[in-house]
Amino acid sequence: MTERAVAISKAVGQPVRRVEDPRILAGQGRYVDDIKLPRMLYAAFVRSPHAHARIERIDVSRAINLPGVVTVLVGEDTAKLCTPWRGILTDYVGMKTGSAYPLAVGKVRYVGDPVVAIAAVDRYVAEDACDLVHVEYEPLPPVVDPEVALRPDAPLINDELGDNVILRAGFDKGDVDAAFARAARVYRQRFVVGRQTCVALEPRSLLASYEAPSRSLTVWMSTQVPHMMQAIFARILGLEEQKIQVIAPDVGGSFGLKIHCYSDDVAACLLSIVSGRPVKWVADRVESFATDIHCRDHTIDVDAAVAKDGTVLGLRSRVVTGVGPYSCYPRSSVVEGNQVIRLLTGPYRIKNYQADLTVVAQNKTQMSQYRAVGHPMATMAMESMLDVAARDLGLDPAEIRRRNLVARHEFPYTTAFGYVYESGSYLESLDLLLAKGEYAGWRQRQGHARSDGRLIGIGLSCFIELTAPGSFYGSGGAPVSAQEGATVRLEPTGKVTALIGVTTQGQGAHTAFAQVIADQLGVTVKDVNVMSGDTRLVPYGGGTSGSRGAVLGAGASILACRQLKKQIARVAAHLMEAAAEDIEIAGGKVAVRGMPDRALSLAEVAWVVFYKSDKLPRDIEPSLEATAHYTPERSLTWTNGAHMAVVEVDPETGLVKFLSYVTVEDCGPMINPALVREQVRGGVVQGIGSALYEHIRYDEHGQLLTRTLMDYLVPSSAEMPDIEVYHLETPSPHTVGGFKGVGEAGTTGAPAAVLNAVNDALSPLGVQLNATPITPDMILDAVRAARGPDAGTPARTGGHHGP
Amino acid sequence: MSERHVIQVTVNGEPHERLVEARKTLADFLRQDLELTGTHIGCEHGVCGACTVLVDDQPVRSCLMFAVQVDGARIETVEGLASGAKLHPIQEAFWANFALQCGYCTPGILMTVVDLLRRTPNPSREVIRRELAGHICRCTGYHAIVDAIEDAAARLRGPAITDAR
Repeated sequence: MTERAVAISKAVGQPVRRVEDPRILAGQGRYVDDIKLPRMLYAAFVRSPHAHARIERIDVSRAINLPGVVTVLVGEDTAKLCTPWRGILTDYVGMKTGSAYPLAVGKVRYVGDPVVAIAAVDRYVAEDACDLVHVEYEPLPPVVDPEVALRPDAPLINDELGDNVILRAGFDKGDVDAAFARAARVYRQRFVVGRQTCVALEPRSLLASYEAPSRSLTVWMSTQVPHMMQAIFARILGLEEQKIQVIAPDVGGSFGLKIHCYSDDVAACLLSIVSGRPVKWVADRVESFATDIHCRDHTIDVDAAVAKDGTVLGLRSRVVTGVGPYSCYPRSSVVEGNQVIRLLTGPYRIKNYQADLTVVAQNKTQMSQYRAVGHPMATMAMESMLDVAARDLGLDPAEIRRRNLVARHEFPYTTAFGYVYESGSYLESLDLLLAKGEYAGWRQRQGHARSDGRLIGIGLSCFIELTAPGSFYGSGGAPVSAQEGATVRLEPTGKVTALIGVTTQGQGAHTAFAQVIADQLGVTVKDVNVMSGDTRLVPYGGGTSGSRGAVLGAGASILACRQLKKQIARVAAHLMEAAAEDIEIAGGKVAVRGMPDRALSLAEVAWVVFYKSDKLPRDIEPSLEATAHYTPERSLTWTNGAHMAVVEVDPETGLVKFLSYVTVEDCGPMINPALVREQVRGGVVQGIGSALYEHIRYDEHGQLLTRTLMDYLVPSSAEMPDIEVYHLETPSPHTVGGFKGVGEAGTTGAPAAVLNAVNDALSPLGVQLNATPITPDMILDAVRAARGPDAGTPARTGGHHGP
Repeated sequence: MSERHVIQVTVNGEPHERLVEARKTLADFLRQDLELTGTHIGCEHGVCGACTVLVDDQPVRSCLMFAVQVDGARIETVEGLASGAKLHPIQEAFWANFALQCGYCTPGILMTVVDLLRRTPNPSREVIRRELAGHICRCTGYHAIVDAIEDAAARLRGPAITDAR
C-alpha cells in the first residue's frame, strides 16, 4: 500500500525545494572566479577612453618590463592569431555589419573598446601594467544619435560598408490604409525606451587553459551556452571542436548577457594560447557597464486606427534603434528590434498592420538580447495605446482589452506578422487578474483618493511571451542549437544520474529536471542527480535562452526516460519471466502488472546489468543508459498572462510608490510552481527597473556616464513591492508534457503595467508620459506644466533621453 | 608593488597569520589567501553588498576594506554558518522559501541577516526591506528573501520547526 502511495505521489506540480541550494547557501558554490589552476595568470585590459578614434601609436614597452607581466597583446597581434567575426544572420535580407576582432585594429569604436590585453601573475600587477601602456589616439567625430547616423554626411563607423545602416526591415499585412480610413479615431504616440544593461551580479568571467602539444583548449566560463561557445572558439581560434571543452560551473545570473561572443573573452583565450599558461579574466563592474551588451533603447512611433467601440482596426509602427558599432556575434543585434515590430499586436486580434524597422550602427556599446528580447517594448507601446484609446472613448481599460483579446475558440490564431499562437488563456487571465487584484475595489479607492487630491493609478497589461524558439538563429547561420539532449543513467544502486544540455544560471532547472525524471522512473527527487554545463559531459544542446530550458530540457529528459524504461523492462521481464509490456516501474520497484509479489528493486535490476550481464540473453543489450534529443514539433510555444500595478505618485517629489502588484501567468502545466512564481517575481522587478530606474546614459560625445551601480539604479528591496503571482495552466499541444517557458513573462508585462499606472495616476492632470525610465524629474516637469501658470503648454512626453 | 605587512586574524573561529600587500582588499585576502571563496565580489564599489562579512560583529563591505585594517580582528563569513551538512536556521529558511536563485548575492545577504537578527529578533517586513536595501539581488525580486528573513527570525526565536520535506 505504501509503495502504491509513493508511486501515485507525483513530484511534477509540487513546490519541491531546490536541489541546488544547500551548497550555495553554505558558501560552497563554484563560480569561475573561485577556480584556481597551477601557473594561472590574470588578464586585464587597456580600453578606449574615446567613442570614436584612430589609434596612432601604442607603446607597451614599459608594461612588458614590469616584473610579473608575462604576455602583452595588441590588436594586430590578435588579428594574426584568429579569424574575425561578423554578427550577420543570413535570414535577415540585406543585413550588413563590420568585422570584429579581439582587440581594436586601427580604430576604436566605443568607450571601453579593448585595445591592449595583458596577462600577469595577479590582477593587481596586470592592472599596474595597464597603467604603463601609452596609446595615442586621433579622435574622430563620434556618431551617437541614430538619426544622425542615418544622415548621408554622417561619419562612417565601418568605412568599408558605405553607410551606417545595419538593417532595414518591415512588413505590411492586411489592408492598413482601409483600416485607417474607416476608423472613428486615429491615435499617434511616440514611445522612447531608454538604454539598459543586464547587470548579472557575477560579472562576465572566464578561465582559459590552452595545451599546445595537443592543441586543446579548456574554458571555464560564466555562460548560458557552452556548446555554442565551443563552436565559436573553434571557428575564431582555428582549433578543432572536439578539442575544445567549455564548462559553465555555477553561473551568477545572466539574463541574456552571457550568450554572446565578446572581444575580451576571445582575447583572454589568446593570452592563454600565447603564454602557454591558464589565464583568468573577470570583468570588474566598470568594465561590465562599458562592455556587457546593452539593450532596449528603441524609439517606437505607433499609429492606431480604432473604432468607436474600442476595436483596434489597424496599426502602423516605425521603429529606430542604434545598436553600437557592430551587430553582436553570433545572435546579431537586430532581433530585439524585429521582436518589437513583430510582437506589437500582442494578444490582440489586429489583422491590419504595417511596420518599419531601422537598425543603425553608432559609437556606443553593442546592444543585443536581454531577457524578454523586444517583448517589454512591444507590450508597453501596445498597452499604452489601448489606455490612450480607452481614456478618449470613455471605456474602462479592462473593457477595451476584453474587446480585442483573442478568445480561446480562435486558437490556433495567426497574427498579422504570421506567428501562430497555438493555445492560451488571454481573456481568462485578464478576468483572474481583475478578481485577484481587486480591480473594482481599487477603482473605488482611486476615486476617493482623487477627491482627496492624491494621485493613485491602476495599470493593466496583457502579454504574450514567445518561448522555446527552435531554429531561430540556426536558420540564419549562427551555431545555436535548436534541439536539446539528455542522458539518463541508472546507477548500480538504482539511483539516477542525468546529464542535460540545458544550463542553469539560477532558475532551478536541475530541480525541475529531477522532478520530471523522478516521476518518469518512479523514484524520488533525492534519488536523481542532474548535471549540466560541461561540453565534454553532456549531450549537445543549445543551453539556456528564450525561455527554452524547461521546455526542451524536460522534453529531452522524458524521451530519454522512456527509452531507459524500455531497457529496464526488458531486463526485468527476463529476470521475472514475464512479458516486457507487463512490467511496471513505480516507487523504486519494477513489478509485473497485477502481481505485486513479483517485483524487483531498481537496484536489483541494475546489479544484473552492471555486474552479471553475461547471464543475460544475447539479444538484451546490457545498458541502463539512454540519450534522447528533442526538438518541439513547432518552433515556438506561447505563454501568456496579465499584470496589474497600483501606484501612488507623489507630486511633490516625483516618486512612484507601489500599493499593489499582481500578476497572472499561464505557462502550461507547471513542473514546479514555486520556481515559476520566483521566475515571474524576479522578472517583474527587472521590468519595474526598466520602467522607473535603469538607464544607461551617454553624453553627446559618446562618453559613457553610467559606470557604476551608484549611477545606474538597479531596484533594491526598499522600493519594491510584494508581488502576488497566480497561475492558469493551458497546455501546449505541441510540446512533450505540454510545457511552455516562463523565464521572461515577468519582464515582458511589467514596464507596460507600471507606465499605464503612472499615466492613470497623472490623468487628472491631462498628462501622458511615453518615455522610460519614468524619472522623478519627468513627473515633476509634467506636474509643474499641468499646474503652473503655463498650464496650457503641453507637458513633455518623451525625448528626454539625450543622444 | 606595495609594501607588505604581517596580519593576524580569526576567521570563523580559526586563527590565521599571513603576510599581505598593503593594497590587498579584505575580499581578495579572504578569497585568495584563505581560499574562502564563499564571499563574492560584485562591484568593488561597496554598492552591491555581495562581499559583506562581519568584522568584530559589524557588517562591512570586504571590497572596501584592506586586509591590513583587520589585523587583530574577528571575522565571520558565510562558511562559518553551517556546521557540516547541517545548515544554520537562516540558511534553512532561505532554502525553504526559495530565497535564492543564482546564489551570487546570497552569502553577503546571509551575513547581513545574521547581524539584523542579532539586533532585531522580530523585524517587520518594512524593516527587513529597509535593512536589505544595501544588497542587490538581480534574480529574486526580493519578495522571497523578505519571506525567508521573517521565517528565519521565527526559527531563531521559537522552538525548532520540524520540516516536512
